[in-house]
Amino acid sequence: MGGTFFKNFSFFSATLSFFLLIGIFSILFSYAQDALHEFGFDFLFNEVWEADEDDEGGIFGGFIPIIGTLLSTLIAMIIATPLAMGIAIFLTEIASSKIAKPVSIAIELLAAIPSIIYGMWGLFYFAPIVQEYIGGNGVGLLTAGIVLAIMILPFMAAISRDAMQTTPAVLKESAYAMGATKFEVIKDVIMPYAKGGIIGSVILALGRALGETMAVAFLIGSVMSIPSSITDPSTSIPVLLANNFAEAQDLEMSAMYYLALILFIVSLVIISIAKFYFLRTKVK
Amino acid sequence: MNRLLLNKLILILSTLSAVIGISFLFWILITLSYKGISALSFSIFTHDLVEGGIRNLLVGQFTMAILASLIAVPIGMMAGIYLREYGHGTKLASIIRNLSDVMMSAPSIVIGVFVFALFVAPFGGYNGWAGVIALAIMMIPIIISTTDNMLALVPQELREAGMALGGSKHKIVLQIVVRAAKVGITTGILLSFARIIGETAPLLFTSANNQFFSMDLTEQFPSLTVSIYNLATYPDESSRDLAWSAAFVLTVIVLCINLLGRFVIRNKK
Repeated sequence: MGGTFFKNFSFFSATLSFFLLIGIFSILFSYAQDALHEFGFDFLFNEVWEADEDDEGGIFGGFIPIIGTLLSTLIAMIIATPLAMGIAIFLTEIASSKIAKPVSIAIELLAAIPSIIYGMWGLFYFAPIVQEYIGGNGVGLLTAGIVLAIMILPFMAAISRDAMQTTPAVLKESAYAMGATKFEVIKDVIMPYAKGGIIGSVILALGRALGETMAVAFLIGSVMSIPSSITDPSTSIPVLLANNFAEAQDLEMSAMYYLALILFIVSLVIISIAKFYFLRTKVK
Repeated sequence: MNRLLLNKLILILSTLSAVIGISFLFWILITLSYKGISALSFSIFTHDLVEGGIRNLLVGQFTMAILASLIAVPIGMMAGIYLREYGHGTKLASIIRNLSDVMMSAPSIVIGVFVFALFVAPFGGYNGWAGVIALAIMMIPIIISTTDNMLALVPQELREAGMALGGSKHKIVLQIVVRAAKVGITTGILLSFARIIGETAPLLFTSANNQFFSMDLTEQFPSLTVSIYNLATYPDESSRDLAWSAAFVLTVIVLCINLLGRFVIRNKK
């Protein structure tokens, strides 16, 4: 008796994540219907976001938040990827275990800090630096991208390190015995061996950066305008949702659901590619 | 000589990246502590937001995170148990495992939008339960994955020994397998709790915020993280100071729970 109940309960719990995913997709899709009908796929390339005077309708295009999301993520990836690789190499090949351990813990703690802390710190400490040395008025794509990079850095470094650590010692030792330098071992033995895990970590971090809300909300400027330089303020899908979603009406609300749907689908595709193509581990 | 130089250069650059990573951690923690502690006073823990304190915010944030855990931990653990002990090797289990893996990285703001459509709009306004549900949705996939992975580490012989004693399946699972994986699962629960207690995005338009002390989950519910977001963008100095203290307190809580989780698993080894 108890056994059957236990088994059924565990089965229903397991299927719940399936229904959640389907549920999120269908809710977003059905609430986005109005905007989907009204704007179709042109939504992606339309840069106008304007409600009518009577607040009943208007023209809503997703181009600006989409571009803002892509650009801030791109800046973050350009900065974070080489740094993360460097850290992963440092932890697996350079540092002695006495140093690697505390550094690893520090990197993991950096990953545990809530994103709102990064955003707030970025606004008060980092934005003024960007303003003084690079230009603009502090908040903008560049600042958002840099702080986003700091945020995804530990995550990317930790997964790449795990991938690099799986390289069998015997492979590395053979290369060293042939007179290879450390860099040659990294380039010709470790990198090819850990390639899947490394690319996977980069793509996973990309997915995380695209959907990040709070760190970017403080820093991107939240302005509905096309940036003409990287220090210009703009907005992103998560930030637009965070600031304007709850107050939106009718068609504008539907356009917001449309944006959320786009973000959801893009994230799922990216995460799936990373997890099932590059990070696929042997079935235990 | 050239390749030796290149080698040196790459090694220096790698070390430099580690130094940069660590410096950011210290930079953030030091500025946060400096700003947070200098604005910190005992009275903010005894007053609510409306009187310039964070008492109601802390209580609210913990209430939501604990209730979310009460929902997510049993569901997540049971799902993990299904994947590893009942459905292991079946097509269905591997599909669910993959979906849950993907859900783990779904953008938190989208989960907020989903919960808004289901639990806020139909009920006429922000409410604490919506926040609890949003946090639980974020937490479930993490618990599933931890339970699944930790149960996988339990040696098959233990299960066989249980079967040899004539134990029924659910008794073996509960009293032998889960017990053997207890430490790992506890760590996973602590780490995921640390993650959701610092979440802001899924709460923005679900539970929103409340300036007053409230335990009524059918109304807007006080939240520490949402308050930090609001306070930090106010122009006046005292709001910002309070935001820094709140941010400091939040970070200390999150890092302590995190270290506690690591300590638990370290002690086992």
